[in-house]
Parts: sequence; C-alpha cells; structure tokens
Amino acid sequence: MFTRMDAPVALGARGAAGDAPALALSLIVNGRRERLSVDARVTLLDLLRERLGLTGAKKGCDQGQCGACTVLVGGRRVLSCLTLAAAVREEVTTIEALAGSDGPLHPMQQAFIDHDAFQCGYCTPGQILSAIACVQEGHADSDESIREWMSGNLCRCAAYPQIVAAIRQAREQIARPADGSAA
Amino acid sequence: MRPFEYLRADSAQAAVAAAGAAGAEGATLAATQFIAGGTTLLDLMKLDVMRPKRLIDLNALEAEYHQIRVDAQGLWLGALVRMSAAAGHPRIVQDYPVLAQSLQLAASAQLRNMASLAGNVLQRTRCNYFRDPSYAECNKRSPGSGCAAILGRNRKLAVLGVSEHCIAHYPGDLAQALVALEASVELLGRHGRRSLLLQELHRPPGDTPHVETALGSDELIVGFRVPARAWVRRSLFLKIRDRSSFEFALASAAVALDLAQDVVRQARIALGGVATRPWRAHEAEALLEGQPFDEAQARAAAEAAFASAVTHGDNDFKPELGRRTLVRALLECAALPI
Repeated sequence: MFTRMDAPVALGARGAAGDAPALALSLIVNGRRERLSVDARVTLLDLLRERLGLTGAKKGCDQGQCGACTVLVGGRRVLSCLTLAAAVREEVTTIEALAGSDGPLHPMQQAFIDHDAFQCGYCTPGQILSAIACVQEGHADSDESIREWMSGNLCRCAAYPQIVAAIRQAREQIARPADGSAA
Repeated sequence: MRPFEYLRADSAQAAVAAAGAAGAEGATLAATQFIAGGTTLLDLMKLDVMRPKRLIDLNALEAEYHQIRVDAQGLWLGALVRMSAAAGHPRIVQDYPVLAQSLQLAASAQLRNMASLAGNVLQRTRCNYFRDPSYAECNKRSPGSGCAAILGRNRKLAVLGVSEHCIAHYPGDLAQALVALEASVELLGRHGRRSLLLQELHRPPGDTPHVETALGSDELIVGFRVPARAWVRRSLFLKIRDRSSFEFALASAAVALDLAQDVVRQARIALGGVATRPWRAHEAEALLEGQPFDEAQARAAAEAAFASAVTHGDNDFKPELGRRTLVRALLECAALPI
C-alpha cells in the first residue's frame, strides 16, 4: 500500500498556496535532523535555500544542465534542482558542512583558492562538491578523466584549467573509500 | 510547476493499481505518472510540458527493481538501478561493453547518479518545439495541433521513421544498446506481468505521435533481460555529438558482432540520434551476415541502413553523418581484440 506522505497533516489540508497538500518531511541535512512541512512541488534546492537558509547551493539553470545546485545525497553527487524534497531518503551534505566558520578549509576549498579556480564564484559550491565526489569515486586519476567526470558543472567564467589543477592538488589529500562510493 | 498529489508506493502492485485503467491517451499524457529519478519528469513539469495530477514515487519498491544479476543465461537489470551503478558494474563493463559505454557516454555524473534505467529508456524527445509550450503546434504535446518542426529548426531531429505528423528524435543511448542486444522488457500492470522485446516498446509516430510507447498507463517497467548471446562481448557504442561530453547524440551506433575468422556470423545494429525511436537496422544486419567483413561491406550496410531516410532542411547532413558513424563503429567493433 502507500505511505501517505501527508500523514501528520489532516487529510485534505492544503498548503500555503491553497492548492497543494502539504507534506510533512523529516530529513537529515549536514548532520542535523530537520522536520518541516512543505508543498509537494518543493525541490531539494528550494528547501535548502528558502527554508533552511543554506544558500551555498545555487540556482543556475534550474533544469539540470549547469550543475550549480550540486549537493551530495547519501554521499553521491546529485542535482538538487531536479530532486523533489519529498523524495529524499538519505542524508544531504551541502557546501556549508565542509568547514567550520572558523577552522581550516576542506582541502578542495583550499585548492580552489590556491589555484584561483573561479572568478564570479557562482558555480563554485557545486564545482567543489562535484570535485570531492569525483575524487572519491576514483575518477580524478588524469586530467582527461577529471574533465570528463566534471562535465556536469559548467563555469561561465571558464576557469576550467584552474579547476582541473585544483582537483589534481586536492586528490592527494582526500581519502577514497574502498568501495569507491563518496563519503 | 502545477500542483500535484504525491504518493510513495510501498509495493509495485499498489503502484499499478493506483495508476488506474489504461487510457487511449497513452502513458505519457496520463494524469498519474510514476517518478523514480525524476530527471525527465521534473524538467518537463517545470517547463509546463507535463502536467500530471498525481505522482507515484517508486523508489521504495522491493529489491527486484534495484538489482543487477548476471548468470550464464544473461543479465537482469532492475528498472530502478541507477545509470551510474550499471555503467560501472565490472561484469557489464567486461561482458556487455555496449551497455556500459552507452551509459558512460550519457548525461553527466550527477544525472547518472539520479536517473533510473527504466526512466532513461522512457526519456522524452529533446525537440525544442515539444519542450517549449509557447509553440502551439506540437502533435506530441498537444495531439492534432500540427508540427512546427517540419518547416522549422530541425537540425537535431530524426530522419528515420518520421511521419508527416512528427519528426521528433528519440534522444537516449541505453535503449539502442539494449535493442542491439535483443533485450526484452518486463512489465507489470493491473492484470499481471508481460514481457516484450525492447524494440517493440517504442512506437513509430505515425498519426499518433503522442502515444510514444506500448505501455498502458497502468503499466510499470520491472526490469530488462539481456540474453547472453554470441555477440555480446564484441560490442561497442559510438556516439557523435556537438561537444565531447554531457551532450545528446547527433548520431550514434550500437553494434554487436559474432565473427568467425573474418566472416560475420551474426550482426546486431541499432542507431540513435537519427530516428524517431531506438532504431534496429535490420537491412544493414542482413547485408553483413554470412559475408567476409571489410570496409566496403560496412559501407554497403550503412547505405542500406539509411536508404529510407527523409530529411527536412537543417538535418540534411544526418544521413551521411549516420552512415559514417555506423561504418566507424563496425570497423572498430570488428577490430576489437577478443
């Protein structure tokens, strides 16, 4: 049978827009359990940005073509703009979780700075999460492989050579899980 | 995006029961849609091309839908297996290279982590007139409205299997690999299970281009069965596109050969990027079979494959690109060290 996603809300209750049922969600974002009620149409990207104040993931094309919204779900890189928040069943990791406000940066963040791997920075959070996954999947062994496996992240400023150089630097400092899945 | 009701199916039987009776409008226009990865469906819902009233989330379905199994008879690919999982599976890479390559060359790493195999096979055309509702004319989106593409910008559109009502291309890659390997697809509906050859799943546009597949609106893909035939290991996927990664095919060829010395015992060929549906090139196969293989023979097969091509201006280049793609794929496949 079905799991009624709106169980905690009275059946037939309508969301704020007055036209769609509200769904009660419970999901883990950056190690924290979040419980909230959303319209069924809300994407993971909009949930992160508009409801949880995590504005690191960017809305570029909103059509799955640019990669600016890349986050990790269950350790795998996905496009949060094409993911319904209601369909998320594993832990979500965003750019905000990579380093404390005060501590050292994640090796991939530091490498992007060291190699000047951005200009405007809009695509950078997606690039960095995708790059970490690229290394952990074992796809960063050569420049050619990095370019192929980073092709889902567009950079309008065309910092591509610097991004490849940053990944080359950071890959030595990032542990790869034995099974090849991202952590 | 228009409002919809969202339900999560805990069993396949519940999902097909809730999907309702099969209607004449075809599965792709049905008010209830199944969602797995969502990479096609949500995109088209944001564009207001698809307007379902209800989504049934399949991701919690039982194990059979998520499994890859390999044995002496062949390969089972569950409908909900993610593209990345099949693309990187060691036995698929080794024994069914055309399948692994078709997946590795498709989409981006992020999309491959999201999209299911069944959703991939059912992906919709990239015809811009279909994807943009500001054009009133599209027989696929709005039956009977006409086709803006035939006299419009049609560089990416089909040259094989077209009708006077629709020239939209089938954009995927995996389906061609499955068709070449004579895979079958297993379906579950309200009245039980049935199986059909994958090449029978997608329909020619004819005068009902909005009815894209043989699926009833209550039917769900359970998975794909790929028989372990003599041609599976000597197989490859060649994809020609405008940029070298993260792009749809302008032309592609999935080929599989069973060679005895230099003679082709059996050949299996499917073409992509050039046709309205995953295109099995029977005429090309027949020309190759029983003959010694060489470049002239490959060229003759490619000529036969595109003998029925119909072009519409911007896509006049496609038959020749398609022929060259097939010739190169056949030469590379015959030369594989196996």
